[in-house]
Amino acid sequence: MTLRSLLDADDVRRAITRMAHELVEHDPDAERLVLLGIPTRGAVLAQRLAAQMTRIAGRDIPAGVLDVTLYRDDLAGQPTRATRRTDIPVDLDGATVVLVDDVLYSGRTVRAALDALTAFGRPAVVRLAVLVDRGHRELPIRPDAVGRNLPSAKSERVRVTLVEVDGADAVTIEGPFTEKEEHA
Amino acid sequence: MSEHLLSTRGFTRDSAVALLDVAEDMADTQRRQVKKLPTLRGTTIVNLFFEDSTRTRISFEAAAKRLSADVITFSAKGSSVSKGESLQDTAQTLQAMGADGIVIRHSSSGAAHTLATSGWTRAGVVNAGDGTHEHPTQALLDAFTIRKRRHGDDSRGRDLDGVRVVIVGDILHSRVARSNLWLLTAMGASVHLVAPPTLLPSNTEGWPVTTGIDLDEAIDGGPDVVMMLRVQRERMTEAFFPTAKEYASLYGLSVARADRLPESSLVMHPGPMNRGLEIAGAVADSPRSTVLEQVQNGIGVRMAVLYDVLAGERAA
Repeated sequence: MTLRSLLDADDVRRAITRMAHELVEHDPDAERLVLLGIPTRGAVLAQRLAAQMTRIAGRDIPAGVLDVTLYRDDLAGQPTRATRRTDIPVDLDGATVVLVDDVLYSGRTVRAALDALTAFGRPAVVRLAVLVDRGHRELPIRPDAVGRNLPSAKSERVRVTLVEVDGADAVTIEGPFTEKEEHA
Repeated sequence: MSEHLLSTRGFTRDSAVALLDVAEDMADTQRRQVKKLPTLRGTTIVNLFFEDSTRTRISFEAAAKRLSADVITFSAKGSSVSKGESLQDTAQTLQAMGADGIVIRHSSSGAAHTLATSGWTRAGVVNAGDGTHEHPTQALLDAFTIRKRRHGDDSRGRDLDGVRVVIVGDILHSRVARSNLWLLTAMGASVHLVAPPTLLPSNTEGWPVTTGIDLDEAIDGGPDVVMMLRVQRERMTEAFFPTAKEYASLYGLSVARADRLPESSLVMHPGPMNRGLEIAGAVADSPRSTVLEQVQNGIGVRMAVLYDVLAGERAA
């Protein structure tokens, strides 16, 4: 078992800044743009992105929280998951919604998020922003803004830590590696 | 996560707070445009009611349906139970029909426990009231209601430290009182029981409570919560107290008594109420009364319980 650092604090900060610019450019005319983060770290990222986007766009872009636990398709066969508070700050009917998560992997969390969104109304557009895309999609889902593409093995674990939750900004990968992969 | 919910005795402060926090999230979902959640899609829940209880049955039914479970209601009246079928045969029949969860109300204390541990069924069992033993979801919704009144939208993560609760009435036969005293004290509240001597259990040793027979004394102690229990009129014949009038005058929450409570004190009642007997109509309808909130909160709390028992992995 080894642990590798993939992104340090500066890398994370730069990635978020670039994503904020991309997202603003993506929907320059969207009047009602709202970021919804998926707990826990997606919600923190949504806050940071919204703050930067507000500065870049020169208008208020709100951030909220969308818990998707009750909409997951993989609840059975695992210990019961705790739910988290959902906070939708604006009416989503006709809004441009950016879903935000830390790591994109199978795509099942995002599928659940799309399902959860329908309970609140009918957004005009839904986009997806993730800090890390590690591949291995199991559903036809693709992100619109990515901080960093990190191809990984399924046997590895990609971990995002953020100051607000974990005390430091970083992306690490851990897992059993062959010697060749370790020096690649 | 729990395999079953049979009693409130197993709760710790943390596990109770965690379940009530899920109930907060469940209650929030009921303010969305689409109130139905897909969480228990494909799950079959049987409401097995050997004792009449329209309110509790409807509340569980609403909770299960909001989580997209299929609900089958099985009332003892007109069923094969009235033809003498045993609990064992009923349970085995439901198992054969593929019930994932059973919500049981039964007049015998321990019926839910028997069902859960007998091996007759692999279903998750939720006790909806067994004899004079326990009614855990009522206690959970009471605790939820107290917390909500005290902390509003800031309720998540909170316990009931320092909350002083007085429970008044037929303690001897009350499963609501039993479930509440374990849960509320686990969450940090103190509980004082008030009843006529004939309706106070002779042995409350081992219960984390104080007891008394004087309601006025308890009221003048300025409790945070006064929980009135329903007088079960069917027991009036057994001479536990002389007359309804005497009961009302000694143990009823009259307007005069309620007026002596601190302004912030809550008045609770699990329903259905006997207005004018254990509680004056004007008190039941006053701002300090939580009677309707308790009913409303019951759905979110039962959604949380069904989610906790049925959504995750189940032991083989």
